Amino acid sequence: MEGHSQYTPKSGFARWLERRLPILSFMHDSFVSYPTPKNLNYMWVFGAILSFMLVAQIVTGVVLAMHYTPETTLAFDSVEKIMRDVNWGTILRYAHANGASMFFLAVYLHIFRGMYYGSYKDPREVLWILGVVIFMLMMATGFLGYVLPWGQMSFWAATVITNLFSAIPVVGTAITTWLLGGYSVDNPTLNRFYALHYLVPFIIVAIVALHVWALHVTGQNNPSGVEVKDVKKETVPFTPYATMKDAVGIAAFLVVYAWLTFFVPNYLGHPDNYIEANPLVTPPHIVPEWYFLPFYAILRAIPNKLLGVTALFASILITAALPWLDTSKVKSAVYRPLFRKEFWIFVAVCIGLGYLGAQPAEGAYLWFARVLSAYYFLHFLVILPVIGKVEKPEPVPESIDASILRGETSHV
Amino acid sequence: MTSKDTAAKPAEPSRRDILYIATGAAAAGAAAGMVWPLIAQMNPDASILALASTEVDLSSVPEGQIVTVKWRGKPVFVRHRTPAEIKAAEDTPLSVLPDPEADSKRVQKPEWLVIIGVCTHLGCIPTGKEGEYNGWFCPCHGSVYDLSGRIRSGPAPTNLEVPPYAFIAESKIKIG
Repeated sequence: MEGHSQYTPKSGFARWLERRLPILSFMHDSFVSYPTPKNLNYMWVFGAILSFMLVAQIVTGVVLAMHYTPETTLAFDSVEKIMRDVNWGTILRYAHANGASMFFLAVYLHIFRGMYYGSYKDPREVLWILGVVIFMLMMATGFLGYVLPWGQMSFWAATVITNLFSAIPVVGTAITTWLLGGYSVDNPTLNRFYALHYLVPFIIVAIVALHVWALHVTGQNNPSGVEVKDVKKETVPFTPYATMKDAVGIAAFLVVYAWLTFFVPNYLGHPDNYIEANPLVTPPHIVPEWYFLPFYAILRAIPNKLLGVTALFASILITAALPWLDTSKVKSAVYRPLFRKEFWIFVAVCIGLGYLGAQPAEGAYLWFARVLSAYYFLHFLVILPVIGKVEKPEPVPESIDASILRGETSHV
Repeated sequence: MTSKDTAAKPAEPSRRDILYIATGAAAAGAAAGMVWPLIAQMNPDASILALASTEVDLSSVPEGQIVTVKWRGKPVFVRHRTPAEIKAAEDTPLSVLPDPEADSKRVQKPEWLVIIGVCTHLGCIPTGKEGEYNGWFCPCHGSVYDLSGRIRSGPAPTNLEVPPYAFIAESKIKIG
């Protein structure tokens, strides 16, 4: 979106560095003079919040790693030691555990924002797919990290999730054994999960860099969904406008994060994870962390192992096809009366699946989970393609300025 | 050879082409050979393979009881079945089983049922003497197994696995 760099090095050192590595102009163009549409609302602060959370998780994670022991007879006790003996250990661990929840909360809001305003559409398909990749890596990291405290939920989550791969025909069992490093979840599993839990976040950092790069090539979408036509009139520089707005968003987000961490640190956790892992006893009711519940509900809704596992993975991967499943030329839901309703139904379906994922898989719960799982896939495979064809969109403004003058664009 | 000839028919592979392909293939083979240890290191190591057998003394298991022993890190259920339980397992028609297998194929002596106590769905441990058939019930996703450890209802695809074992004495078995 930007033309030639407007950055002029001021000091002698900056001029010297610029000629050798133009990093100062790169940073200036990306985070200072970078033009952002002037009608962005507060739903656009989650990119900054997610960046903040990624750094927060890495920083708290690295310090926790200094006290944690990835060995089955010591892991649980080392976490208890962090809680009791390590200076500030309680806060550090609670900040990391609740940080995962806050990270997922932000990413879900970020994803729904993209869905509502059609941010995945031409020319932002690659940006969107990179986002899906980041989301999947986040899920992997969250799962790997949950195993490390070696409580009952850790152990049985590891068992259930690695056994998902045993559903693969012919090679499934061999793959599961390879993942576990044995015939059941044991020390080799814990040890490698720890190594991978440390590694994957840095892969996320790399993909986030690509995500931001792709964003800065196409420019941001905006609530009107109309592309920027006049950079001078319709955009404002990233700093101070977006920087300050993001700071307000992060501050508000931190209030919730701090409340969870300091006042109800175990609210989102499962009490069974304070029981040390026992390979011979399965807890009566296994529940994943809240951010996996909708997908878990889909897995359990299908009374066939291979199909259930396929549906679980398909429910995540299908979002990557969104740019091609949504046939409407209009980006923003602001001008799409039918899609706007369908969007909120879809949000309700996702929340409903989340609720059902936490209930026992029996009776009426199971039937509701089946109906909602079917609707989840219908939304992507049938409803979205059809709505795009039959819906009569409201008149789309010619430009961002026109949208603002019409008073349509929400300034949340 | 003129350019016209080249366009008319594909050129004969030259000595250099063959060298290119052979070198490329050798490099690809070497790369695969170097990657293999990085992948194979994740498979069970020698110490895990070495723990692959367990002996169980059956004389301490009274009729009607189930004992759980650990084999390869997994629980193995050894169930001393009562005559009524044996009869119920043997009389079940194969047509009602999702994974049909006769009870006689799953035991060496009818009174002793030896099965791996890992649900074939997603690996939880089923609880004994529960469920519709008083066999096993998996609390995770509701699979029900009968008195022969065969799947009867729920998401599990197959029967509870029978581990390799042998009677090394009248009342002693070696699993694995």
